[in-house]
Amino acid sequence: MSPRVVFPNKILPYLLLAPQLAITLVFFYWPASQALYQSMLREDPFGLSSKFVWFANFRKVLSDPNYLNSVHVTIVFSVATAAVAMSVALLLAVMADKVVRSRGLYRTLMIWPYAVAPAIAGMLWLFLFNPSIGSLAYGLRWLGISWDPLLNGSQAMVLVVAAASWKQISYNFLFFVAGLQAIPKTLIEAAAIDGAGEHKRFWTIVFPLLAPTTFFLLVVNTVYAFFDTFGIIHAVTGGGPGKATETLVYKVYNDGFVNLILGDSAAQSVILMAIVIALTAIQFRYVERKVHYG
Amino acid sequence: MKTVGFAAGVAATFTLLSSTSAFAVTEISWWHAMTGANNEVVEQLSKEFNESQSEYKVVPVFKGTYPETLNAGIAAFRAKQPPAIMQVFDAGTGTMMAAEGAIKPVAEILSMGGQAFDKSQYLPGIVAYYSKPDGTMLSFPYNSSSPILYYNKDIFQKAGLDADNPPKTWSEVWDAAKKIKSSGAAPCGFTSTWLTWIHTENFAAWNNYQWGTEENGIAGPNVELKINAEPFVKHFQALADLAKDGTFKYGGRTSEAKQIFLAGECGIFTESSGGLGDVVKSGMNYGTGMLPYDSEPQNTIPGGASLWVFAGKSDEEYKGVAAFFNFLSQTDIQARLHQVSGYLPVTLAAYEKTKADGFYDKNPAREIPIKQMLGKAPTENSKGVRLPNLPQVRDIMNEEYEKMLAGQQTAQQALDNAVERGNKAIQDALDN
Repeated sequence: MSPRVVFPNKILPYLLLAPQLAITLVFFYWPASQALYQSMLREDPFGLSSKFVWFANFRKVLSDPNYLNSVHVTIVFSVATAAVAMSVALLLAVMADKVVRSRGLYRTLMIWPYAVAPAIAGMLWLFLFNPSIGSLAYGLRWLGISWDPLLNGSQAMVLVVAAASWKQISYNFLFFVAGLQAIPKTLIEAAAIDGAGEHKRFWTIVFPLLAPTTFFLLVVNTVYAFFDTFGIIHAVTGGGPGKATETLVYKVYNDGFVNLILGDSAAQSVILMAIVIALTAIQFRYVERKVHYG
Repeated sequence: MKTVGFAAGVAATFTLLSSTSAFAVTEISWWHAMTGANNEVVEQLSKEFNESQSEYKVVPVFKGTYPETLNAGIAAFRAKQPPAIMQVFDAGTGTMMAAEGAIKPVAEILSMGGQAFDKSQYLPGIVAYYSKPDGTMLSFPYNSSSPILYYNKDIFQKAGLDADNPPKTWSEVWDAAKKIKSSGAAPCGFTSTWLTWIHTENFAAWNNYQWGTEENGIAGPNVELKINAEPFVKHFQALADLAKDGTFKYGGRTSEAKQIFLAGECGIFTESSGGLGDVVKSGMNYGTGMLPYDSEPQNTIPGGASLWVFAGKSDEEYKGVAAFFNFLSQTDIQARLHQVSGYLPVTLAAYEKTKADGFYDKNPAREIPIKQMLGKAPTENSKGVRLPNLPQVRDIMNEEYEKMLAGQQTAQQALDNAVERGNKAIQDALDN
């Protein structure tokens, strides 16, 4: 428990909080309440006629097989993205930790992709793997793989997962490097003296001690895969082929802004809001408790 | 005293006059979705109109892709800040038409400009597409196009096909595509942009098959799709069969396949007449032909976009919009637009002028879409396709076609699913 801070002035704390509160009210609570209200309306795109339908939109959305498909797609996509992004980042972090010379250069290079905007990252991978003009697609065909993410749903999924995890590896790398540095060298040296090999040292000492970091990254990566990958999917597949890469966020956009079914779209975004609140709650309840600062 | 008062009055009047003349220019905002060369045309036209008179000023604003522009307009209308003129793509036509309180029919506006609106001066196929069932023209056709056939003459020669005679019917296209593939002249025989607009909507109109009830939605919004009928199944099964060994290559839902054709991967290509510019630019030895048909051609339907006017503007603004549309309708402007940009001319006079100038002798490809659209008087199957949610229904079709081309279902299953899901989406949209 953190020590209790006492402010002698009664008004000052509220004044200091006011700007942040105002921003939260205007940019979060206001739009969120609008979404909540709209999720119970059924109206035409222009808002010329609207009727209040209570939870009919939610019933419609949850009984829609396409929505359930989208839930499935999101789970596959998020698990794959988080798994790939975290395992590759951990591997790279452990490797980078061992490098003695120009360690800083390697680290900087590793962090680079994080600065690339999602849509740009998407375009990059799209071009590399474009069946007609992509250089890497050419390599795949040369290997005898019939590469066609435009029609093959699994290949399209592989492509968006690759693009999404590539962008997230840097972030994970950064945290893993920090986590590795926080592990006392004495523990590892003691294990080495006792005759534990490199492999054994990693799995019995390093990996368990990294657990808080890993758990934190798991939550962050899931949230990332759920919400921040819209740009990549929009640029690479547009949710296709069929509905093979239509995640929940993409479906909100598609139903609201392409198909102009605002009620359904709002209902879906309210469901997503509930999911992100739940994820954040989990993070605070379990992660904050386990991470020891200093 | 009196003279002083008079002088002051005169001075005040002058000040007023000069200030009103400075403020009297009515600004007319025009939201559009044109990029590249087409954007330059928009800017050029606005500039010419603004210089031709001093009362109105058209201000073009680029708003993104077609769907983005439509969304921006809808959001602006909901915020009570709509532009005067908005460019809306063909598939958004039904959405706009359903929003009766939000728009002002162009026919009404044109007559506000002092000139009587004479519908017979405009190309009938295009006007019908943008009119209400009672014949009132609702939006101003700006850039119209229709699908045609392109082919690579070098690939045709290599494959031993007649490079001066492109295939006319679909079965000839399939044969030629197979020959291109089997002879090794190119890795793929045939590709196409827009399987929905070209192979479903235009395929139906051009062959005089029914796409949906209610004259494909032109007569009323309560449409039942009919695209799982035998001719459609046969057509799509042919595509699915050709896709198995790569004789037909799928590029994507909209214009992506153009890259495949321009890269020389495929010998035959169906695409909008508006795509001609890029084909010419690529320097390919190309040929063009009419869109292929099954046995007897009817007429094709337009794609592209039209200009819509929002309701709730001042009379002054509407007069300005009318002046601008009348400016756009002038024969010289239309003929130039048509010749430079490749859009179809909106007026018959512009078509006749271009013909008289001998433009088509040098550019036969430019006349193909006009001939296709003017060929025969439209039947109830070939006036166009209209739904309040056409983009959504097109997406449903695309999804089913993609599953079919990936070999997960037959053409019959794909079209049955598209009809079932499409009909449900149409009913849901009508309930809203």
